Amino acid sequence: MPDAKPEAMIGRSVRRLEDPALIRGQGRFLDDLSLPGQTHAAFLRSPVAHGRIRRIDTETARTLPGVRAVLTLADLRPVLTADRLPLQFRSATLPTGITPFVLNEGEVVYVGETIALVVADSRAIAEDAAALIDLDIEELDPVADCRDALDEAGPRVYAGRADNVFSRFRQAYGDADAGFAAAAHRLSLSLKQHRGGAHPIEGRGVVASFDRFADQLTVWSSTQLAHEARGFLVELLGRDENGVRVVTPDVGGGFGAKYLFYPEEIAVAAASLLTGLPIKWVEDRREHFLAAIQERDQYWDFEAAVDADGRLLAVRGRMVSDAGAYVPQGINLAYNASTAFPGPYVLPAYDLDVFVTATNKVPTIPVRGAGYPEGTFAMERLLDAIARELGLDRAEVRRRNLVPGEAMPYRTPMASRSGSAILYDSGDFPAIFAQALERIDYAGFEARRAAAAEEGRTLGIGIACGIKGTGRGPYESGLVRIGKSGRVSVYTGAMPMGQGLKTALAQITADQLGVAPDQITVICGDTGTIPLGLGGFASRQTVTAGSSVHQAAAVVRRKVLTVASELLEAPEGDLELVNGEVRVKGTDRAITLKAVAEVVSGVPGYALPKGAEPGLEGQDPFLPTGLTYGMAAHAVEAEVDTGTGNVKLLRYVVVNDCGRAINPMLVEGQIVGGVVHGIGNALFEWMGYDDRAQPITTTLAEYLLPTCTEIPPIEVHLVEYPSPLNPLGVKGVGEAGTVPAAAAIISAVEDALREPGIRLGEVPLSPHRLYQIMRDCGRSA
Amino acid sequence: MDDTIAVALRVNGRTFQGRCEPRTHLADFLRHELGLTGTHVGCEHGVCGACTVLVDGRAVRGCLMLAAQADGAEVRTVEGLAAADGTLHPLQAAFVEAHALQCGFCTPGILMTLVEVLNDTPDADEAEMREALSGNLCRCTGYQNIVKAALTAAKAVSGVRGA
Ligand code: FES
Ligand code: FES
Repeated sequence: MPDAKPEAMIGRSVRRLEDPALIRGQGRFLDDLSLPGQTHAAFLRSPVAHGRIRRIDTETARTLPGVRAVLTLADLRPVLTADRLPLQFRSATLPTGITPFVLNEGEVVYVGETIALVVADSRAIAEDAAALIDLDIEELDPVADCRDALDEAGPRVYAGRADNVFSRFRQAYGDADAGFAAAAHRLSLSLKQHRGGAHPIEGRGVVASFDRFADQLTVWSSTQLAHEARGFLVELLGRDENGVRVVTPDVGGGFGAKYLFYPEEIAVAAASLLTGLPIKWVEDRREHFLAAIQERDQYWDFEAAVDADGRLLAVRGRMVSDAGAYVPQGINLAYNASTAFPGPYVLPAYDLDVFVTATNKVPTIPVRGAGYPEGTFAMERLLDAIARELGLDRAEVRRRNLVPGEAMPYRTPMASRSGSAILYDSGDFPAIFAQALERIDYAGFEARRAAAAEEGRTLGIGIACGIKGTGRGPYESGLVRIGKSGRVSVYTGAMPMGQGLKTALAQITADQLGVAPDQITVICGDTGTIPLGLGGFASRQTVTAGSSVHQAAAVVRRKVLTVASELLEAPEGDLELVNGEVRVKGTDRAITLKAVAEVVSGVPGYALPKGAEPGLEGQDPFLPTGLTYGMAAHAVEAEVDTGTGNVKLLRYVVVNDCGRAINPMLVEGQIVGGVVHGIGNALFEWMGYDDRAQPITTTLAEYLLPTCTEIPPIEVHLVEYPSPLNPLGVKGVGEAGTVPAAAAIISAVEDALREPGIRLGEVPLSPHRLYQIMRDCGRSA
Repeated sequence: MDDTIAVALRVNGRTFQGRCEPRTHLADFLRHELGLTGTHVGCEHGVCGACTVLVDGRAVRGCLMLAAQADGAEVRTVEGLAAADGTLHPLQAAFVEAHALQCGFCTPGILMTLVEVLNDTPDADEAEMREALSGNLCRCTGYQNIVKAALTAAKAVSGVRGA
């Protein structure tokens, strides 16, 4: 650990390095890039959820003035090594033939699937031309619902498939049957969860430019995975790493939607290679609704065995997850949800039969939270049900089931996808939970409820706990260099999308090298500056890139000290790094980092100082041995309008273990943003499809994101149980706020409606839907 | 086949002349004809507010107004917020201080919306401020710090006025 000096940057709410440009409108987002001679792309997409293409006639489209090319898969094939994208997370257990096509020329399987690409002088012309392509398609029966997908007699997502199950697995441990045999109580639950889309305000986008002189293809992409994208390009275009560079500009939010390499990206890159034109494609919102990944339906049907005191004995059941039409990445979403179910609680036996089913809809991969919100929702609905069944207080039921503080670190019987045991590394779950109850004054709620009832208002309080595995490996790259200019630079494959990652990495570096964070340049997601990287997902970057950069900076620090000791003729132990110089403590003898860098860059013909290596550069990748888990307890008060079904959130409390906070201001920002994403999932965000799997919510007027007026005051209380699993002691927080949010909110709404005895087991709960439920219960006011 | 039209307007105090197709909306015109890429486009159907600019002092959605309609108008964009010497507008300063931006993509539209609010109702309370911001989407921040920054800036601005 770096010395905790008073001037340490780690732990301080340093103002962001990202802001000076962004706040003036000088950010550089993908669509701000304009290359000389740049052309624009638009895609022809499938208008039906399932169909067979008979003919694609591009002739009229080609003749439109301003059109440079109209390309189908057949046209791109000369520069492609395969028609389909490779599976992102290689797996031996998944069937083949389930990944997306670059462009589809045969059987289309969801509305919005890419069929042809138009390149034109303007986006408007490209769209006009795409509309002129004559597409003859025979419509086939679609699978519109993942439960229907299991119907043997129903249609298949692809013609010729034996069934619609991409994968079926069991998440099981312990002796569930014994648990049920010993049960004092049995409960069964049936839950329906829907999460909707990612919806960063900036959509996806890509610019590809092939430079024949340099024999290099440069691809700028608004992505969460620059190096992975390069890997796909290398593979699909049959080039090597020297001939492909991926550069990531400022990214206007990702939330999971950009953690995938998409057909549009390879199609635009291939088209640039083929035509020699610089080509830009920028996703519009409608395309985001149609063709960016979503996280959609999960149906959980399970029963639980509980002892006389309300302690969990066993859970068994079935979960059906809607994967959409392709598996571009893997089955991690369903897998995460299944392992997230026990959460911070002790569950002795568990047996969940999981179906990852195909439907004729856009594929699903993780959106912020990545399956954890669904698993958490299922567990928290169960705990509320147990409280009701046994006549116990909801908080008491949770207290009795939480992993006790003294049991930490707690090894669950489950394994993560990498095969390593799921181990909760640090924290005190009951203490975190108790703090949340205290902060919201749980004990005083009944009095508040009664007072509100006097005024004719109906209040409820909801509580939920969640944990999120963060800092997923196997590594993230980090390289620190002090150049001859004296500038400190940090390079990483980690990908900021708004988190303030550059600031955090600069703070970490600053503490090693004794320079102010704003004197450090951080370059992320440019394959031309660092060879490897994995990118932004799973709340991982402060843990993985943070630790790698920390270790890399320590390497550079050691090199600096070696050389400076020689130059200043003082032992290393007497030296300190402050204000961009190395100083002999307690004297005014010093040498600047710039001077040290100059010396080790060498003078032709002269030796370097003793012990010095050329250059001031360091890399020492941190390899995590497992995920680090931070626990969050949420408590929320809500008011329900029993006449309209409207839910108003009054107050929201979060207590979150973030490990060591590098920058508390940024941590809080991540958590509040995450909570609001969860509020959207709980009350608003519904991606609708009709029974032909035709999307019916394709504008932000139909699909509602939370706005400012729906958000209550959100109080965040950070607690710091350092993780023993990384040198900084940090835990990820990018998704933490989202994980228990929907569970807490639905708990509050159900509590408000405890008198009519309403049971809630679904999200999102729009006013309309809640009104229906109340009406069906026959008690609507 | 030149069916473009001429558009002349003042943006941030400078006169610009440009040509565009009649169907070009103001946000695209600012971004791609004039190179003022600070104004962003998030939905192009009038919901997200990322494209908000001031036209003759009123906040408008740049994606719902044709460039041609702005002919002869006085437009203000995020690039024109800071003073000529680079000093940040009180709103910009408050946003940085309160961590009211994460990815920053929604920020220009929110700032321009708030310029109008601060002009019209600098004494807006929190509920009014939230109402005023309800036409702008932000997926990152959860809005809390945006509201905080807006109230701080409002106070700063009315303090200056009151003095
Ligand atoms: S881009 Fe204009 S409101 Fe969204
Ligand atoms: S800061 Fe990212 S959308 Fe608002």
